[in-house]
Amino acid sequence: MTSRLLSYVTLTLVLIFLLGPFVIIVAAALSGGETLAFPPQGLSLKWVMKVFEVESFRASFALSMFLAIFGTLAALVLGVPVAYAASRYRLPFGETIRTIVSAPIIVPGIIVGLALLRYLVIPLDVSVGVALFIAHTALILPYAVRVVSASLDNLRSDIEEAAVILGSSRVATFFRIVLPNIQSGILAAFILGFVTSFNQVPVSLFLSGPGVRTLPIDMIWYMEITYDPSVAALAALLAFLSISIVFLAERFLGFSRYV
Amino acid sequence: MSDETYLDLSNLTLAYGKTVAVESLNLSIRKGELIALLGPSGCGKTTTMRAITGLLRPASGKITLDGADITYVPANKRHVGLVFQSYALFPHLTVFENVAFGLRLKKLPTMEINQRVEAGLAMVGLSKFHSRKPAELSGGQQQRVALARSLVMEPKVLLLDEPLSNLDARLRLEMRTELQRVQRESGVTMVFVTHDQNEALALADRIVVMKEGAIEQVGSPEDVYNRPQSRFVADFVGFENIFPVEGDGIRTEAGAMKLSAKPAAGASGLAWRPNMVTLGEGNFEGEVLGAAFAGGSREYLLKSPLGPIKAEMDAAAPAFEPGSKVAFDLPPERAAVLERM
Repeated sequence: MTSRLLSYVTLTLVLIFLLGPFVIIVAAALSGGETLAFPPQGLSLKWVMKVFEVESFRASFALSMFLAIFGTLAALVLGVPVAYAASRYRLPFGETIRTIVSAPIIVPGIIVGLALLRYLVIPLDVSVGVALFIAHTALILPYAVRVVSASLDNLRSDIEEAAVILGSSRVATFFRIVLPNIQSGILAAFILGFVTSFNQVPVSLFLSGPGVRTLPIDMIWYMEITYDPSVAALAALLAFLSISIVFLAERFLGFSRYV
Repeated sequence: MSDETYLDLSNLTLAYGKTVAVESLNLSIRKGELIALLGPSGCGKTTTMRAITGLLRPASGKITLDGADITYVPANKRHVGLVFQSYALFPHLTVFENVAFGLRLKKLPTMEINQRVEAGLAMVGLSKFHSRKPAELSGGQQQRVALARSLVMEPKVLLLDEPLSNLDARLRLEMRTELQRVQRESGVTMVFVTHDQNEALALADRIVVMKEGAIEQVGSPEDVYNRPQSRFVADFVGFENIFPVEGDGIRTEAGAMKLSAKPAAGASGLAWRPNMVTLGEGNFEGEVLGAAFAGGSREYLLKSPLGPIKAEMDAAAPAFEPGSKVAFDLPPERAAVLERM
């Protein structure tokens, strides 16, 4: 009986710990006051409306969307063939390739950001936008490879041989037989990559330059200057966006299978 | 069936990396024949089949089909069909689209594709299933789809990998009959791989017994069953008492033993099925170690100076109790004469 009580207490504490910040942010977003505060002073939607009026938010939102969409697409274009090769062929140095590809998951973002800044942006004079694009692609690549590999491993390889014997070339077989059967895995990889890129802070922090900032970086920057609840409102909006994407993905794809 | 060679494997050596799986194999198959490649796992039968499809490139040797050298023709241009052991249906396509897959690649007119797919599905009795997905079919139905998918391509040779092994006993008999009917109706040359001697005996016109990457014996089911040429084949088809020939008799655990007649000249071994051993009379004596009732007969395991002997007697004959002594004989006139031990 005591152990049962204890587990309820633990569960409640964990839930408070996980959901607490979210509740605070949403409450702060709906505040009627002038500064970021909890408990909120009054109730209003004005800070939520304000979010859409801040010019820099709009620009950085567009940049973040661009990076999340095209960075993820680029990672998939690179990652799907890697995943395919790794699952279907015994490659020389296969293990090494896998390790290198998954390195950005293991290496702290701060280090990746610093390395890209020091050895890519500064010496080669790459523009901030391009640097961010490369960085986000590299960061998403391991997720893309991992998720697509999981669905490839569930796909029998003899169906490809069957297609070849029926007259299909190897390349055509990939598009006609392999791709249609791993499309939910690819979609799952896209969503995971999108969310990862969109929420990315440490790497973007190093690479963001004057006037070119991703949304999370812009939020930090905004807060340092203007301490009003619109940041909380934006955070709450983004949280709802992420949650609905993942919810839909789980509902229609069984997203948790892949992650 | 003509006498001319249709599919010819000549001096074929097949390897995975440095591991040689099949060495210098020679085999000629006539048009319309139904051939079984029979052997235990690892004997090279599946490897040989993969080489015929083009999925495996030979290390050396030559494959000709219908007069053309196809040794290096890629698998998608060979006009060879393969029914996979796992069926390998395309999970995202309906039954109809699975069967139509190869025809669509040929860019045939839609009318003709529809006709041929319907005819193919009718042939395997699945006309009503054309809008189902493979996952909604039973194993037996999936196999029929796989068969139809290969047949509609009108392949020059149809290969089948362990076609009956994934089916239960009742379906197996049904599918066996079905395969024979399809082969008769379409006249397609068929080569199937199996490890099950009963399957090979029941289905094939000719059986190719393989062992460790080489052909042990090629012959009709009757030949292979009654006249095995080697110890391996004899053992594989149920000759359980096998002795090497020595002098005018056989070599046993008790040394050379004479039989009631000399073995044929050139024989290197003699083999008896359990039911070829005479029990109750004869020059040898053994002790019954075990007896088992097997419906129409009784099976005995004897301990004898020659070594262990397996015998089988009609169930109507008097039974021998375990522990009792019994006289037996290995009649040389009934033995299979082995050329190789």
